[in-house]
Amino acid sequence: MLEKGENKEYLPIEGLAAFNKATAELLLGADNPVIKEGRIATVQGLSGTGSLRLAAAFIQRYLPGVKVLISSPTWGNHKNILNDAGVPWSEYRYFDPKTVGLDFDGMLADMKDAPNGSIILLHGCAHNPTGIDPTTEQWDIIADVIQEKEHIAFFDVAYQGFASGSLDEDANSVRRFAARGMELFVAQSYSKNLGLYAERIGATNVITTSPELALRIKSQLKRLARPMYSNPPVHGARIVANVVGDPALFDEWRAEMQLMAGRIKQVRQKLYDELVAKDKSGKDWSFILKQIGMFSFTGLSQSQSENMTNKWHVYMTKDGRISLAGLSSAKCGYLADAIIDSYYNVQ
Amino acid sequence: MAYRSRLAHICSSSAGRLGCLQRSGNTDALSSFRRLYSWWSSVQPAPRDPILGVTSAYLADTHPSKVNVGVGAYRNDEGKPVVLQCVREAERRIAGRELMEYLPMGGSAKFCELAVGLAYGEDAQALKDKRVASVQALSGTGAVRLFAEFIKRFQPESSAYLPVPTWSNHHNIFRDANVNQNTYRYYLASTRGLDFEGLKEDLKAAPNRSVILLHACAHNPTGVDPTPDQWKEISKLMKEKEHFPIFDMAYQGFASGDTQRDNQAIRIFLEDGHQLACAQSFAKSMGLYGQRIGCLSVVCADAAEAAAVKSQLEFIARPMYSSPPLHGSLIVTTILSDAALKELWYKEVKDMADRIIGMRTDLKKNLEDLGSKHNWEHITKQIGMFCYSGLTPEQVDRMTQEFHVYMTRNGRISMAGVTSGNVKYLANAINEVTKV
Repeated sequence: MLEKGENKEYLPIEGLAAFNKATAELLLGADNPVIKEGRIATVQGLSGTGSLRLAAAFIQRYLPGVKVLISSPTWGNHKNILNDAGVPWSEYRYFDPKTVGLDFDGMLADMKDAPNGSIILLHGCAHNPTGIDPTTEQWDIIADVIQEKEHIAFFDVAYQGFASGSLDEDANSVRRFAARGMELFVAQSYSKNLGLYAERIGATNVITTSPELALRIKSQLKRLARPMYSNPPVHGARIVANVVGDPALFDEWRAEMQLMAGRIKQVRQKLYDELVAKDKSGKDWSFILKQIGMFSFTGLSQSQSENMTNKWHVYMTKDGRISLAGLSSAKCGYLADAIIDSYYNVQ
Repeated sequence: MAYRSRLAHICSSSAGRLGCLQRSGNTDALSSFRRLYSWWSSVQPAPRDPILGVTSAYLADTHPSKVNVGVGAYRNDEGKPVVLQCVREAERRIAGRELMEYLPMGGSAKFCELAVGLAYGEDAQALKDKRVASVQALSGTGAVRLFAEFIKRFQPESSAYLPVPTWSNHHNIFRDANVNQNTYRYYLASTRGLDFEGLKEDLKAAPNRSVILLHACAHNPTGVDPTPDQWKEISKLMKEKEHFPIFDMAYQGFASGDTQRDNQAIRIFLEDGHQLACAQSFAKSMGLYGQRIGCLSVVCADAAEAAAVKSQLEFIARPMYSSPPLHGSLIVTTILSDAALKELWYKEVKDMADRIIGMRTDLKKNLEDLGSKHNWEHITKQIGMFCYSGLTPEQVDRMTQEFHVYMTRNGRISMAGVTSGNVKYLANAINEVTKV
């Protein structure tokens, strides 16, 4: 990009066209009928947050009063985004502390309890903060319920490629929903999978039922973006478009993603091995291996998490979430000691 | 399972009917059904943005003589966008160096420090007292939006007053932030200059403690700025009324060519002891349009208050975009913290301002040479990127349809789009549509 010396003119409100094309194709696959039929409105957004916020503003304007259901727990900023956008929200059960896994029955029950026509915020892959994802079969059942209740699914896709190492595999949930002809919101981020955190690059996608609708929706998304920031920053968009548009760079990216996801899997394994070796009580620590992505919900309580910090100088969030991305294999033993001490010796 | 079998009861719900139609292969019926049952059938196409829509229309035009004097982006004399040398050099220094980890929510602290030094003058007492809260923002738009959200939250009883006319997006920003807005008189059509008496009357009539949006220099769209004496009077009047000034400064350096002359309104207000806010953009003055780099600063009573205000601004930014983009802030910081690069920038921004001033002179002269009966003095009296030509919307439409000259319907011409290559053509077009 430095050599090309491109200019620094404003992007259009919807962002860089090459990026918008690339990001929709990454999400759905280039040959997906949704794309071929022009049934998707894509607008470049300010990473995941900005893309979520734009979608939330659209929901507030076009579905005033409709509630968004968010998982319990979910990324801390989801509720801030919905609050500041003036969109009401409530929670659906998600994390089961007893199994340190998915409370699937609770999740479905809460989705069914909600008034018809609600919006369900789902994490496409690598749920943040728990690392617990539904299986493919569970995704299908979730989609069934959503269709039955005439809800609309809203995917937050912040880790495509980063979770399993495969872009296609990580987009499985979204693609299955799209294949059913469902109307969807999808917010994407390239912060983690391309390491472009500070460039703020992502996209708001609305998948709908006809190309005319997609055009109209896109124009309204632009109208919401204009008084927020006029047009999005160009730098990150160009990087993504360049990487995806050059086969050699794209291959390199795929390989690097495999490496990143691979390192995280390795470190999960190491942490698990250390915990099993040090904890003689027979507690089942396998959730660490079953969870996926950057985060692990350890099941530690707030006071136990505070112990991690105060006694062991391990910095984590108070909900018991650890970021495995911050863990080196050298520190796994130390971390295991800290977790075991906090779990057993602090109430 | 129960939920599966409910789907099997086809045609009892729209989901079921959709399944029916999909299986039937009747694409027309499927299409109509989809439109009817779509969530979004009430979504109408949004009106085109009056400014950005002009550029897309221009790009779609294939006429060889087309001229874009619509959007306010600087062009050189060949009509090409310009990346400043100081910016290219800054990028060379940045490339491959910096990690891409998130900035803090308030952006780069170093960037903010340099930005406010530029805006207020390095010797500003408020800066020495450390009582200016500042956050990196998404260029000027983002800075004004943060400020509007802040006002909504912390001074909800205050209405915002915008000049007539103002940049069209100002209205959108305050509206989407749900801040009550009013207007004050600014432009006087009969003189193509400032309606100073009207301005003063309206600011006096506004309830005390209103929020007043002021363009620090190079008013957009009119190019009409108050004189220093007029600024002093406005400052005094606003102090009496306890109004809060928010300065939108998108053209510092670009107006007169001198950054410390273009901010004199702000310095006058600071001397008079106003607690003011400033929304700064580096889009034009450093040519960093697409990087979205700006700064919102708020002058507070003391350092503790400034810290509190900053934290609240960050709190507003977090659910909007979490943290601002890095690249532009690195460029600005590199330039402003290096004496030689800063000097180069000063020179380049002055060159841009001078070219525009030259084009104003040429345009006026060309119109006079064509024998136009109208008074075109305002072309050279107005300042900055824009000229409020006085053309009516109908005349603007003729400019576009007959002459392929693209400009906004309020008669605003972006002088940055005028070149020695097109100034005669432009003058001719204006002359033709304004002939009596």
